[in-house]
Amino acid sequence: MYTDVQELLQRAIEENKPLSFVVLQSEMKLTEKTEEEVFAGLKQTFSIMEKSATNALEEPLNSVHSLITGVAHRQFLYSSQENSFLGPVLNLMMARALSSSETNAAMGLICAAPTAGASGIVPAVILTAAEHLGADQKKVLEGLLTASGIGAIITRNATVSGAEGGCQAECGVAAAMAAAAIVEMAGGRPQQCIEAASFALINVMGLICDPIAGLVQLPCAYRNASQSINAFLSADLALAGQVCPIPLDEVIDAMFKTGKMLPMQLRETALGGIAATPTGRKLAEEIYKK
Amino acid sequence: MHISIFDVLGPIMIGPSSSHTAGAARLAYIARQIVGCDFKRVDFYLHGSFAQTYKGHGTDRALVAGALGLKEDDERLPQAFILAEKKGLTYSFQPIELEGVHENTVKMIFHLEDGQKNTIIGSSLGGAQIIISEIDGFATEYRALSPTLLITQQDRQGVINKITSVLAALDINIGVMKVSRKNRGSIASCIIETDEQIPAEVGKILRSIPQVNSVIIINAL
Repeated sequence: MYTDVQELLQRAIEENKPLSFVVLQSEMKLTEKTEEEVFAGLKQTFSIMEKSATNALEEPLNSVHSLITGVAHRQFLYSSQENSFLGPVLNLMMARALSSSETNAAMGLICAAPTAGASGIVPAVILTAAEHLGADQKKVLEGLLTASGIGAIITRNATVSGAEGGCQAECGVAAAMAAAAIVEMAGGRPQQCIEAASFALINVMGLICDPIAGLVQLPCAYRNASQSINAFLSADLALAGQVCPIPLDEVIDAMFKTGKMLPMQLRETALGGIAATPTGRKLAEEIYKK
Repeated sequence: MHISIFDVLGPIMIGPSSSHTAGAARLAYIARQIVGCDFKRVDFYLHGSFAQTYKGHGTDRALVAGALGLKEDDERLPQAFILAEKKGLTYSFQPIELEGVHENTVKMIFHLEDGQKNTIIGSSLGGAQIIISEIDGFATEYRALSPTLLITQQDRQGVINKITSVLAALDINIGVMKVSRKNRGSIASCIIETDEQIPAEVGKILRSIPQVNSVIIINAL
C-alpha cells in the first residue's frame, strides 16, 4: 500500500517494476481480489469507456437539456482533414473526449474518471495512445492501473471535486492520470510517468469550474478536449527528458491549496466565469424553461 | 484511508452527474427497498440544489427509475417516466425547504396499496454516495454500503440483546449498528449493517420475537 507518490515511486524502483505493478498489488491487498478479478473489472470498465468515447462520433446524441448535441460528430468529421493544425490523430482524440461528454449530457452510460464531468479524458487519451503505439489490451489495462493509482493518491491527499477544487481537480486530475498512463504504455520509466502527471497538473493550476446553468456540459466538454491534449503534451515533455523541478506530491498539495483559495463563485456554483456572463445566464434561463 | 482503483474509475453510471443523477437513483432505489412492499405513488420533495437544477441533471428521471428498482447504471434510466406509466406508478416533484440538511436532499413519500404512507429522507453526498437520514420519523445515518437489517421494535430492556443473539447464532458479524427511538418506552428503530449477505430466515426468526414489530432485509445494494 502507498499513501503518496513518493511511496508509490519508491516501491516501483525498488522492485524494478512499472507503477501499474505496484498499483495492482495494492489493489489486490486492499480488496482481497485476485489478479484475474482486478483485470476482469478493468476490462469491463474500459469497454464502457470505449463505448462512451465512440458512440457520439457517427451521429449526434439528441437530448432535451443538452447544449452540446453534435460537438463530437463535428470534430470527428473535421479530424479527417489533412490541413488541420493538430492533425488527424489529435483531432480524433478530441472528438472522442467530446463523445464521452456528449454521452454524459444525453444521459448515456459513462465511467466517472475521476468524475462524470471529466469522464472523456482518460478514455480518449488511452484509446488514442494505444492505437498510436500498437499496444495490446494488457498494456491498455495496465495503463488504466497506473492512471487510477495517481487518481487514488490525489483523491486521498487532495480532492477530485469541482465544488471543492475547481476544474483543475476534475479535468486537470484526469489529464495527470492519463499522462502517467501513456508514458508507461510508451515504455517510459516510473519517474517519467510521475513527471508527466506533474506537468499536466502544473499546466492547469488554478483552472476554475464555471458550468453554464450548473450543468456538466459547457465548458466541460471543451475542457475534456483540451485536457486530453494536455495529457499528450505532458507525456511528450516527460519522455523528452524534461524534469519537473517540483515533486508531484507537492504539486498535488499546491493544486489542493489553490482550490481552497478559489472563491466559491468559481467552484461549480455557476456564479462566476463563463457561467455568469450575460449569454451564460441567458442559456441557463432557456434550458430551465424546457 | 486507502482507495480502490474502482472508486477512482467509477462509478459506472448514467450521466450527467454522480451526485444529481446517480446519487438520486440510488436514494430512491434504497428507499424502495426500505418500503419493502408495493406502492402506487411517490411524491418527491426536492431541497436545495436538487430543487434548482433537477430538470437539467435528470434528477427527476433518476428518482423515478430508482423507485422502479433500476440502478444508477441501468440504460433504461432515461426512459423512467415511460416505464412508470407502464407499471402504473404515479409521481410528483415539488420544491421544499428542509432544516439542517445537505444541499442535495430529497424527501420521498411512498403511498402504499393499502393507503398507508412511508416517508424517507436522504441526501446525495457526491460520487454516487448517499445517506438516508430519516425513516418514518426516526433519525438515522444509513449509507447503504453493506447488507442491512431494518428493524422496528418496542423500546424495552433486553430486546436489542435478543436481536443480536439471533445474528450471533447464525454467524453474522455486525459491522455497524444504530438504535434510535422517538420517546422512551415507545417504538424504537434499529439498523444493523453486516459483513455478509443476510439470509431470509433471519427475518423469520426476528419476527418471532414478541417485541419486534417489523423487519426488512436489504441485500441488493
